[in-house]
Amino acid sequence: MNFMGYRRANGKAGVRNHVLVIPSVVCSQGATEAITRNLKGAVYLANVFGCAQVGADREQTKRTLVGFGTNPNVFAVLVVGNGCENLPAKEIAEAIIPSGKRVEFIEIQDVGGTKKTIAKGKRIVREMLADAAALEREPIPLSELIMATECGGSDYTSGLASNPALGAASDLVVGEGGTVILSETTELIGAEHLLARRARTPEIGKKVLDLIAWWEKEAIATGQDIRGANPAPGNIAGGITTIEEKSLGCIYKGGTTTLEEVIQYAFPPTKKGLVLMDTPGHDIDQLTGMMAGEAQVAVFTTGRGTPTGSPIAPVIKITGNAETYRKMKDNIDLNVSQIIKGKETVQEAGKRIFEEVIAAASGKLSKAEKLGQRDFCIFKIGLNF
Amino acid sequence: MAEKSKAIMIHEKDNVATAIVPLKAGSTVSLEVQGRKEKVKLLSSIPMGHKFALRPIANGENVIKYGEPIGETTAAIARGEHVHVHNVVSHRGRKEGA
Repeated sequence: MNFMGYRRANGKAGVRNHVLVIPSVVCSQGATEAITRNLKGAVYLANVFGCAQVGADREQTKRTLVGFGTNPNVFAVLVVGNGCENLPAKEIAEAIIPSGKRVEFIEIQDVGGTKKTIAKGKRIVREMLADAAALEREPIPLSELIMATECGGSDYTSGLASNPALGAASDLVVGEGGTVILSETTELIGAEHLLARRARTPEIGKKVLDLIAWWEKEAIATGQDIRGANPAPGNIAGGITTIEEKSLGCIYKGGTTTLEEVIQYAFPPTKKGLVLMDTPGHDIDQLTGMMAGEAQVAVFTTGRGTPTGSPIAPVIKITGNAETYRKMKDNIDLNVSQIIKGKETVQEAGKRIFEEVIAAASGKLSKAEKLGQRDFCIFKIGLNF
Repeated sequence: MAEKSKAIMIHEKDNVATAIVPLKAGSTVSLEVQGRKEKVKLLSSIPMGHKFALRPIANGENVIKYGEPIGETTAAIARGEHVHVHNVVSHRGRKEGA
């Protein structure tokens, strides 16, 4: 099966054709917002890092920003720096060049202030948008699709309806030769043995168990209790008692296929099929990591309701909670609450999600895109100095 | 049977079920999964989405949902009683002594 996407110079395929303006540092975020304002198709990243970072922490910020630039949903990139940050705009731009798309960079100190930077940035972005408009969608096999999966604001319906239905859709994507990313490692605690059992090799299975052990140890090492954060108060009000219960409901999202690979945060998958990306349970951290890992579309299940969206990709929102769907129709794309009433099967709902993914990949705007919801948050792993 | 749709038992090994509508104390709920049938009289009111015990669960025993342990009880729980954070604790991510 195909979706209608955009073929890129490096052979990869996108489902959107954005011009992306990346602030290499928090200091230039305001300018990037101003550059993209009122320019349809241009988006910026609400990056709050990019300076006073060292080692693996700096690398992770760089890799995430570069990953958004290289994501095939992006047609061309303008990187805007201030000029004195330790993650320079030039370094980010140069790392995006191998993807074959047009990349430019400017710095506020060099151009001479914010107003001039905005004017120059708008000129460059307008040119890029004109070139982007000339590109047409073409049939792309589903085997080239990377679908990010996520759940947030979970309640009892997540494990009973929306996650199993998304799992059925994940199986359909993998069945077409595509790739599905499962993430939120902390929300595998208590269910890791089930996922490890499905790994392609014992080594991959061991990686899953090691990751969970690391997160659990980190949580305990803080002297705190993971239970203070997860399940969240809303999860508990919604009937979820423990992290294990949340996790067991959570892993349904990945469907039933073999786990092919475990990847680190913001790295693209190197295998087709089901892959696990190591991310926190934090909704925006993990969505950002998967988009930097070149996912073109995300499916997000929710029980309590969430507004989450991405600057560069459709985020399809699914709920199994009829009341949440009624209250938050402007945020939620699909209602699968009939599963709980026994009026729709998990397979039927999964098919609907799969069809919605193909429609979104072919250009249908998700509700988060219509609302202009463009969340961005890098998983920070070190101190700012 | 309309009565059956008031709560869901997911796995035959489960010792709890999930209310899918608000349930009143004193009412009786019928459930069925994988050939196992249960009829439980509720001792507590159960908010929508919350769990109740399908059989007596001893203090310190595992609570089973999805056929897997989701934590252990901190008090003996009677059949038909509300099962939640007041009488169940996670096995995982706990600091020492907690």
